[in-house]
Amino acid sequence: MLEIKNLHASIDGKEILRGVDLVVPTGEVHAIMGPNGSGKSTLSYVLSGRDGYDVTEGEIIFDGSDIVEMPAEERAAAGVFLAFQYPLEIPGVATMTFLKAALNAQRKARGEAELTTPDFIRRVKVASEKLNVSQEMLRRPLNVGFSGGEKKRNEILQMALLEPKLAILDETDSGLDIDALRVVSEGVNSLRSPERSMLVITHYQRLLDHIVPDKVHVMSAGRIVRTGGPELALELEAKGYADYAGEAA
Amino acid sequence: MPAIQETVDQVSQIDVDQYKYGFVTDIESDRAPKGLSEDIVRFISAKKNEPDWMLEWRLDAYRRWLTMTEPTWSRVHYPKIDFDDLYYYSAPKSSPGPKSLDEVDPELLAMYEKLGIPLREREILAGVEGASDRRVAVDAVFDSVSVVTTFKEELKKAGVIFCAISEAIREYPEIVKKYLGSVVPVTDNYYATLNSAVFSDGSFVYIPEGVRCPMELSTYFRINERNTGQFERTLIIAEKGAHVSYLEGCTAPMRDENQLHAAVVELVALEDAEIKYSTVQNWYPGDKDGKGGIYNFVTKRGDCRGDRSKISWTQVETGSAITWKYPSCILRGDDSQGEFYSIAVSNGYQQVDSGTKMIHLGKNTKSRIISKGIAAGRSDNTYRGLVSAHRKASGARNFTNCDSLLIGDKCGAHTVPYIESKNASAVFEHEATTSKIADDQLFYCLQRGLSSEEAVALIVNGFVKDVIQQLPMEFAVEAQKLISISLEGSVG
Amino acid sequence: MNAEPRILRTQAEETLALEFAAARTQLPGSPAIAAARESAFATFQKLGLPHRRTEAWRYTDLRALLRTMPPLAVGATAEVSSLADPLPGLDRARLVVVDGIFRPDLSDLNGIDGVTVRPLVDLLQASDARIGQQIATLNDAVVSLNSALMIGGVSIEVPAGARIERAIEIAHVTSSAVASHVRNIVTVGADASVRLLETHVGPAGSAYQANIVTEATVGDRAKVIWAKLQSEGNAAVHLGTLAVTIGTETQFDHLTLMIGATVSRAQTFVTYSGENARAGLFGATMLRGKQHADIALSVDHAVPNGASRELFKAVMDGRSEGVFQGRIIVRPDAQKTDGRMMTQGLLLSEDASFFVKPELEIFADDVQCAHGATSGEIDDDILFYLLSRGIPRPEAETLLVTAFLAEAIEGLGDEAIGDAFEEISRNWLATRGQEAA
Repeated sequence: MLEIKNLHASIDGKEILRGVDLVVPTGEVHAIMGPNGSGKSTLSYVLSGRDGYDVTEGEIIFDGSDIVEMPAEERAAAGVFLAFQYPLEIPGVATMTFLKAALNAQRKARGEAELTTPDFIRRVKVASEKLNVSQEMLRRPLNVGFSGGEKKRNEILQMALLEPKLAILDETDSGLDIDALRVVSEGVNSLRSPERSMLVITHYQRLLDHIVPDKVHVMSAGRIVRTGGPELALELEAKGYADYAGEAA
Repeated sequence: MPAIQETVDQVSQIDVDQYKYGFVTDIESDRAPKGLSEDIVRFISAKKNEPDWMLEWRLDAYRRWLTMTEPTWSRVHYPKIDFDDLYYYSAPKSSPGPKSLDEVDPELLAMYEKLGIPLREREILAGVEGASDRRVAVDAVFDSVSVVTTFKEELKKAGVIFCAISEAIREYPEIVKKYLGSVVPVTDNYYATLNSAVFSDGSFVYIPEGVRCPMELSTYFRINERNTGQFERTLIIAEKGAHVSYLEGCTAPMRDENQLHAAVVELVALEDAEIKYSTVQNWYPGDKDGKGGIYNFVTKRGDCRGDRSKISWTQVETGSAITWKYPSCILRGDDSQGEFYSIAVSNGYQQVDSGTKMIHLGKNTKSRIISKGIAAGRSDNTYRGLVSAHRKASGARNFTNCDSLLIGDKCGAHTVPYIESKNASAVFEHEATTSKIADDQLFYCLQRGLSSEEAVALIVNGFVKDVIQQLPMEFAVEAQKLISISLEGSVG
Repeated sequence: MNAEPRILRTQAEETLALEFAAARTQLPGSPAIAAARESAFATFQKLGLPHRRTEAWRYTDLRALLRTMPPLAVGATAEVSSLADPLPGLDRARLVVVDGIFRPDLSDLNGIDGVTVRPLVDLLQASDARIGQQIATLNDAVVSLNSALMIGGVSIEVPAGARIERAIEIAHVTSSAVASHVRNIVTVGADASVRLLETHVGPAGSAYQANIVTEATVGDRAKVIWAKLQSEGNAAVHLGTLAVTIGTETQFDHLTLMIGATVSRAQTFVTYSGENARAGLFGATMLRGKQHADIALSVDHAVPNGASRELFKAVMDGRSEGVFQGRIIVRPDAQKTDGRMMTQGLLLSEDASFFVKPELEIFADDVQCAHGATSGEIDDDILFYLLSRGIPRPEAETLLVTAFLAEAIEGLGDEAIGDAFEEISRNWLATRGQEAA
């Protein structure tokens, strides 16, 4: 599904990713852990095609083709989804409006028919109930005045509706209390499927108690420095990132 | 909300360089020679079969205009207008005073179609009865002469007079004499005075006491003839307890020279009356290099003359090379209310200097101003507004919110409010912000699969939502389309 | 005089022309300065006194307000019997300027070692380049008049790196019914830190006029606190201008307190010349009787990454008129500018007025700018809450008005000066209703 080869990327001439190598096979959930400043969020932006990040070397093979030159919206239509660490607020735009605009834009890009309104509403209803997202919340402007938990649930709701092939979850646990964390994790777990890969980026191990990964990678100074099974997360929890700090820039 | 989806679709369909309404209709015109003189004023008056008092009124205005100078205080720049190089009268040749659609030049009807007059109105124009529950009466001002008025008969049953002002001058001289120039005095400003001298036609509405106008009244303005200044005059009177909603739409064909438009609109609301006036203005803004386009110097003012009366202005301004326009309310009656909701979009080399005046004279008068300015390209977009409370305006209230959104770093957004309170119990609140569409907001939308134009349209529609909601349904959809079209090509 | 003949429209303008013609050969300064005076007066004549159609002076029509002109101050050392202290209890060095003349004999320069203080006349003789530098592009008639007629003032130089603890006051005193034109030059070096005070006093009942222009530069990374107290005599006309350029990473905080004079105008022009500078601009106006006070502010973000905060409060009693005109300009390349301006007026009497024009003029897109303005009377609900707790109405009102003004005064961020200025606002409230000017 996703194969990253020797990926180098920089912002304003400053190199943040320094040769990332990573393979996430179809249907697997991988976690990336690492100290602050190790390049985790940068990786998520580079994968989703944010402007301002220059890929200076390497490849991102997604679903068989290199997407390095592909604009963000095309990557989204191709099936790359990023759950933002800090979901953006868009005043005046109702959440429902936004969901429909995004869903139909992607369908159109893929040459699929747009959803009818009843069909769309039915899908939203099914997905929102699972995530405990109220109708009232859907009518409010996108993320405006949402609590941290509401924003993250809204991200997962979007993921459920957009049905991506690759979901990147950037610090999805940040700002969540334990109950909200459980709801969000259950949402994510229900979306695990043999056709879908996930990349879970997190600083803390606690999220991985709920979303158990197939593999755990440790990132430091812009590189994947270690790979292991779920037990690696526990080890990091116990020992911290001190062993890897020396490799930080 | 389907309207937004429609906007998004619209954006992808439209060819950026094509001004949709930039075509010239080929109808033979009947027009006065170039230039302005007493003779031209007499010519116009004679063409209209006007009574002597009207001619005198015009001549008086003309003489006063000669002593005035063009205002220079607004933030707009343009080459000096040669008032002697314009045509002041131009009427499409058609059988005089058409009574039904059959008598209307088929080219005109074809033009309405090209104009994309909302389907409902076109059906009405085409005589399709019962096409919908909501009906709109249209008084189309094609260049200067009101060509067709529909539903006149039904309105008449309700006692509503909706006709060309030239007709009103002949048929209802007492009402016109009483109110014409009573809100915008002849010498109010340079352009209003010019209009008073040479106005060619416009709409007249009279809603009698206690009558709620049974339909939305609508008018379309178009500037067609080359080098024709267009000087409409609109007068709306709502008697005690009357209600009316009036819609004005504007389109103009593409021209190389700048065309002058100097309209005057006067609204009078007596006790407990309510007038809602909505405008969508999408005149030709000039080409990508700032060549051509309409000069739109308009005086619009409403007088809340009676207690508890209400006047509400809503405008969506996306067109014209220059817009100079301040729809205002004089809150004279106690407990009267004024509202101003505005969206002004500028792109290319457009210049907008627009806003409102809320003059609180009566007790417990209330006003509300919501202004959303969006500047893109190399345009300049200025909000200029006045809120004042006079000595006797105890308990006056105003809330003003002016937000500006900048798209690109070559444009300017300016906010120039004047707040003048001479009454301690008047409570005025003003807030204004200027910002741009944030990169991360844009990226968030792109990540969800929207194109950058769709994303901008979505965010801008969110930004202007408070104002769009004030528009009648037919206009709301149209307005959102227009905004998106005007902003095309603004994000690289 | 070689200036083109022009029909002067008002008596005041005519008087000024005659006075300038008579005084021009005696005014201090080098030939270059004399030439500059001629050109400045020509500009003044071209502009004339500001009037209603002069947009920047829209609400302060000097053509109507200045019917007559008192004689020009001649620069003689006037006797000043007892120097009233407008800020008792506030420790500071004092540079006393009487009728435009710097008076070392009346001044206290202790505790400000390193700071160079000179009479303006020295700079005029030396054609110092700083004279006229900050005001070159203002095109303001009152400033031009000052440039033509300035007779004195002081120059304060704070050397680079100096940290001056003791506040330095320029005390402007007018002795009698004269018109004085004062010019001060303030130069704060890089990395310096200083607290400046500017006070303006004069005899009650005397129809004097004070036109003070101060030109200042603040060096990179310097930190300046600047508080102005306008408590002129109740028949005076005060026209004050500060034009300042602030450098990279400076912190410039300025407060204007307007309480005196019958007609007053305080103009502040701040220009950013270096990035990451921050300015805080505050104002508190207290008016009664028929007083008219106008604060005009222009904040010019000419470079990127600047921040400004403006908070102006005005309380109007009697038949007074308060005016605030503020403008934030963001020039085409001044990206990442963050400007926020708030103006609030409180009308204590039915006959008072408040005029506000807060402007944003923005030519860069990546900015966060906002302004707000409110006008109204004391909130009934809050007043009732206090009354219901047994606080008598005058005390309750005093409490609320003091708190209203305090927000602006405390914005300056200097406790000692803030306390002294708040004391003035309390005294003003305590004498409410006693004086009808």
